[in-house]
Amino acid sequence: MKSLLSRGSPLDDSAAQLKAIGEFSELLRGLPRFREKLASHGMNPLHPARTEIFQVNAGKMCNQTCRHCHVDAGPDRREIMTRETFEACLKVIAATEIPTVDLTGGAPEMNPHFRWFVEEVTRLGRKTMVRCNLTIILANERFRDLPEFFARNRVHVVSSLPYFEKAHTDRQRGDQVFEKSIEALKLLNAQGYGREGSGLPLDLVYNPSGAFLPGAQASLETEFKKALQSRYGITFNALYTITNMPISRFLEYLQNSGNLDDYMERLVNAYNPAAAAGVMCRNTISVGWDGKLYDCDFNQMLDIPVASQGSKTVFDFDARALGSRSIAVDQHCYGCTAGAGSSCGGATV
Amino acid sequence: MDTYYNPADLKKFGGITEFQKELGDKFFEYYGEVFKEGALTAREKSLIALAVAHAVQCPYCIDAYTTDTLEKGATEAQMMEAVHVTAAIRGGSSLVHSVQMMNKAKKISM
Repeated sequence: MKSLLSRGSPLDDSAAQLKAIGEFSELLRGLPRFREKLASHGMNPLHPARTEIFQVNAGKMCNQTCRHCHVDAGPDRREIMTRETFEACLKVIAATEIPTVDLTGGAPEMNPHFRWFVEEVTRLGRKTMVRCNLTIILANERFRDLPEFFARNRVHVVSSLPYFEKAHTDRQRGDQVFEKSIEALKLLNAQGYGREGSGLPLDLVYNPSGAFLPGAQASLETEFKKALQSRYGITFNALYTITNMPISRFLEYLQNSGNLDDYMERLVNAYNPAAAAGVMCRNTISVGWDGKLYDCDFNQMLDIPVASQGSKTVFDFDARALGSRSIAVDQHCYGCTAGAGSSCGGATV
Repeated sequence: MDTYYNPADLKKFGGITEFQKELGDKFFEYYGEVFKEGALTAREKSLIALAVAHAVQCPYCIDAYTTDTLEKGATEAQMMEAVHVTAAIRGGSSLVHSVQMMNKAKKISM
């Protein structure tokens, strides 16, 4: 599988994606607009709370091409963050008290400045979270020491594993991803990750392998822990359940499989005002590979910039201006407010 | 096309209260309680519901509990095993009645 970009798919265009989920059919046109839904619960416009997470997207380059990827990442993508932009990020981190730096991608480890940046963030005394796809550790000899590197810098590792069985995992993330993920998890466990008392957190991310919503986070975590421990001796700390966002390659899947209408209707019908109040965009600032600022990684992929005056990039970062902005929303936001809610940290309710 | 079973009608299930609100409300309250985590997990209950859906041959229930079991983290193998339980009980219930047939046949035969 290749990215939407290299296949020349019309869905490579973010405006086409927004049009598809908002206007593609009579049913979709008839669904309430997300901002109206917020307004009906007195939450429009949505405003940020205190910024807890500075999320840096190191680029779209990845060793995997997952079918549900909201980034349209893959080995054929070349957009990655430059050293200059990382330096601007460090200046912002140093000038603010944002406690957590969340590094994502693509596979952020493929960026040549990745290790330097992690070390600098650690030096600033902030918690670093890396969204590691696991297979990158085995992708090339130069990545084999990532578990030691993570442990040395007390990195909080968050890794996707859609299921504790091969078929579900490989259908979503590619052939042999399951076996490689299990091997990588064992290497992380060997460094102390996910082991009680080690202080090295290893969290896993579950997202549904199809057009349905995630089940209860606590129940799935119990199932995952039982299965991974008994079958492979693997331990981890927490499981985050994340709803698949109806954008990019997952949107392509929904369209091609005839599930788009039903999925969007399901998200809208499962709207939960409590989840809306706890959406991650309220405590996160997302930085694109080119330094542009967004309310979240999903808005970043849809080219919906922050609506703040005079602070649009990491180079002109102004915490005060950003703090008084209204968060930009559209129909995809229903993905974060359905059921128990969904965020980069899992369920929100 | 008119059919006896319209998939879109599943979404109207909650509307049965239109003709009898009190009993409908009581049913849905009971229904919600039944499927909560209890001595059985919500996933186990969902798999039982999927098996029963096949026994009563309710297409709405099959659609609903196929989605529900997947959401609750069941595998396709577990779902199919649940349906085999249905088949085993349905088949077994026919075959166990053959004892009655055998009893009667033996009674009236020389």
